[in-house]
Amino acid sequence: MTVDPAPTGILAYGAYLPHYRLERSRITEALGSGGGRGTRSVASYDEDVNSMGVEAARVALRGTDIVPDVLTLATTDPPYLDKTNATTIHAALDLDPGVMATDAVGGPRSGLAQFILAAASPWWTTLSVASDIRTGRPGSAEEALGGDAAAAFLCGSDASGDLLARYLGSASVSREFLDRWREPGNHYSRVWEERFAEGIYTEMALTALERALAKAGLGTEGPDHLVVSGIHARARRTVTRRLAASGLEGRIADDLAGVVGSMGAADAGVSLAAVLDRANPGETIAVLSLSDGADAIVLRTTDHLTAGRPAPSVADQIESGDTGLDYAKFLTWRGFLDREPPRRPDPDRPAGPPSHRSEHWKFGFIGSRDRSTGAIHLPPQRVSMDGGAVDDMEPVPMADVGATIATFTVDRLAYSMSPPVVAAVIDFDGGGRFQCEMTDVDPDRVAIGDRVEMTFRRLFTADGVHNYFWKARPARS
Amino acid sequence: MGSHGIKDQVAIVGMGCTRFGEHWDKGVDDLLIDAAHEAYASAGVEQDDIDAFWLGTMASGQSGLTLSRPLQLGYKPVSRLENYCATGSEAFRNACYAVASGAYDVAMAIGVEKLKDSGFSGLVGTRPPADGTEASLTAPASFSLLAPAYAKKYGVEESTMKEVLTRIAWKNHRNGALNPRAQFRKEVAKETIAGSPLVAGPLGVFDCSGVSDGSAAAIIVRAEDAHRYTDHPIYVKALAFTAGPAAGPIDSTYDYTTFREVVASAEDAYAQAGITDPMAEIAMAEVHDCFTPTELVLMEDLGFAPRGMAWKEALAGTFDLDGELPVNPDGGLKSFGHPIGASGLRMLFECWLQLRGEAPPERQIETDKSLGLTHNLGGAPGACVSFVSIVGANRG
Repeated sequence: MTVDPAPTGILAYGAYLPHYRLERSRITEALGSGGGRGTRSVASYDEDVNSMGVEAARVALRGTDIVPDVLTLATTDPPYLDKTNATTIHAALDLDPGVMATDAVGGPRSGLAQFILAAASPWWTTLSVASDIRTGRPGSAEEALGGDAAAAFLCGSDASGDLLARYLGSASVSREFLDRWREPGNHYSRVWEERFAEGIYTEMALTALERALAKAGLGTEGPDHLVVSGIHARARRTVTRRLAASGLEGRIADDLAGVVGSMGAADAGVSLAAVLDRANPGETIAVLSLSDGADAIVLRTTDHLTAGRPAPSVADQIESGDTGLDYAKFLTWRGFLDREPPRRPDPDRPAGPPSHRSEHWKFGFIGSRDRSTGAIHLPPQRVSMDGGAVDDMEPVPMADVGATIATFTVDRLAYSMSPPVVAAVIDFDGGGRFQCEMTDVDPDRVAIGDRVEMTFRRLFTADGVHNYFWKARPARS
Repeated sequence: MGSHGIKDQVAIVGMGCTRFGEHWDKGVDDLLIDAAHEAYASAGVEQDDIDAFWLGTMASGQSGLTLSRPLQLGYKPVSRLENYCATGSEAFRNACYAVASGAYDVAMAIGVEKLKDSGFSGLVGTRPPADGTEASLTAPASFSLLAPAYAKKYGVEESTMKEVLTRIAWKNHRNGALNPRAQFRKEVAKETIAGSPLVAGPLGVFDCSGVSDGSAAAIIVRAEDAHRYTDHPIYVKALAFTAGPAAGPIDSTYDYTTFREVVASAEDAYAQAGITDPMAEIAMAEVHDCFTPTELVLMEDLGFAPRGMAWKEALAGTFDLDGELPVNPDGGLKSFGHPIGASGLRMLFECWLQLRGEAPPERQIETDKSLGLTHNLGGAPGACVSFVSIVGANRG
């Protein structure tokens, strides 16, 4: 006798696109070759896979009180080896220490694969994060066609909350062949002749999709929405063309590659998020990803989707992208242009013990509130500035509280990977003042009274230690 | 309980001050030896006559050995102090108390800093291992926060504000041009100051004090002994020091148009000295003009101008060398230079010269008042330490 497992699927989701876009024509202008049409998303100098993962997860978790049992991070560009990256995201989200945090690092395939494992499991609730920074040598196709982004899906059984989309089935095909590879430590990957893997990918993709649809019980009508994702652009186009010709014309989701780029491990997730942003309840979605094999998953949206959609949407974030980024800055941020630093000492690396002692502050942006006077202290204090009460404080999470600029300056002397540093003194709604750096901001357009919100960033790296902390950015809403 | 001060209990009987600037040919040892020996000569004493030493330096050495080794001191007590940019004043304050207590007959306060050997622009801080969350603003950026906040609060146009800051730098350069010990010894045109490359916020290079090397020293004895050393001792009327709770960056009631620490230390100093109307009673002031907006705000915090009015007084020339209250007649940090540990004592050195009528004639202040004020601060707006002293040519 077999028992039907409890329904599982997506409980919440969110995507994060960084603020900046590089117009591919700027590459062509600078180098005389490379580039192309459209734009790609670019992680800022103070962003990495962990910080973008945090931002996507914040979007996903903001509208739900369901807590995960497991947090996974999938990426091709881990900020650390040996040290687990997911623990940084875990700390920034201020998750309970009882939540497992673990990485899936290596090929882009891990993005959709980890999501499938999470969406199909009734045993635990997983926050499945996929985050990536993709680039290549100046002038390469990878540089122009890559994109930086993150997606987060809270997955589990409907016993823990309302499903926004139910898992119906999945299928995979795995093969060993040499298409794209990179030695650890290299800044760019290498590829075999594109036509070699095209045929292999096409066959695997069609097989995986057919089997997944069959498992999902979808007949010849096919899914209402289909996402075709993957790192092999040519095979992706071929598969898309074949499926369109087979009757799925009009149901294949817009390819984000033109405006955002191919987002590595985050590609399938961000593309799925974009479909969830606009799908109707009761519709089926198939996601197909080509990456050293083919993976396909089929989901059906529920009536809860409409109320459970996050803000900002993928479309909102595409819309608000800043295309003002110049190519030299892009190269500098990605480490391909070694620029003269200011005549200032390198920053000190954050020390282990103090960073651990202030874990909730440094990573979670949790301040302290005087229980008797209500005065909010950032950073948290043991002695109140208002009345001097000692050890009568309660933690107060401030990461999602809006603030207003009280005063600011543009520091042209301070060390920065992208000078000048814009620093502001901000007053939070409901109390609490903080002095911090600003990011994603035009130094000529800051004004006293501007609204800001907090964002998790990598301030700098010293002696191989990434200094994660919070900055303010102009409010997006 | 209370702050009682040591008015007229101790006096300065000798001082020394090196030229401030880029001393590529002198080390910390050389600067200390030069300042100390000039002070010995000034007081007419031998090194062995000094009973105890207080050395102020922020980062140019640690422990009393930084002084005892180059001076080859004969097993005397040497305290090494650090209190940010008020380090030199802190050395002086502690030496004064030691003499007033009766513990020692003769004490030396000496400050030194060798900034130019670091190879970096601006100040280089030393911090204990930390969690990496502290804002890493440079000093000019921290102090530049004052300018837009002040302008907004008092409705000063951006262009007028720039004019005010420029005039402060222009005045201090003009005074420094008359000072052979100053780092920058020439007048600078207002257009040059206003057009200098931006460093932080509205502050250009010329709004910043000089990064320099230097040393200054004072010899302190009990007031009743002073005339054994000189006919014109300078008496200590007040020594006030305040360390604030660093509330500025966390307390939203702080508006970046004042230093609460300065207000508190000035109030304490005036009470110790019995001063009720600083503008009427003080002959000159040496204040901590690390950046031009600092001097502007200090004029109000020290009671030299009503709130919101200092910008008008600065434009009117009230604080010029020939104004109602000369401020920084020696050129200030701006033009004399700012070797951290030495600056507080350098301010006292100018009081020593001016109140004894020994300043070069071209900058000697003609006045019938006999009190001088020094103000020295360290840190940043909203989170600083502040020192105010009152010294005078007459006892009682």
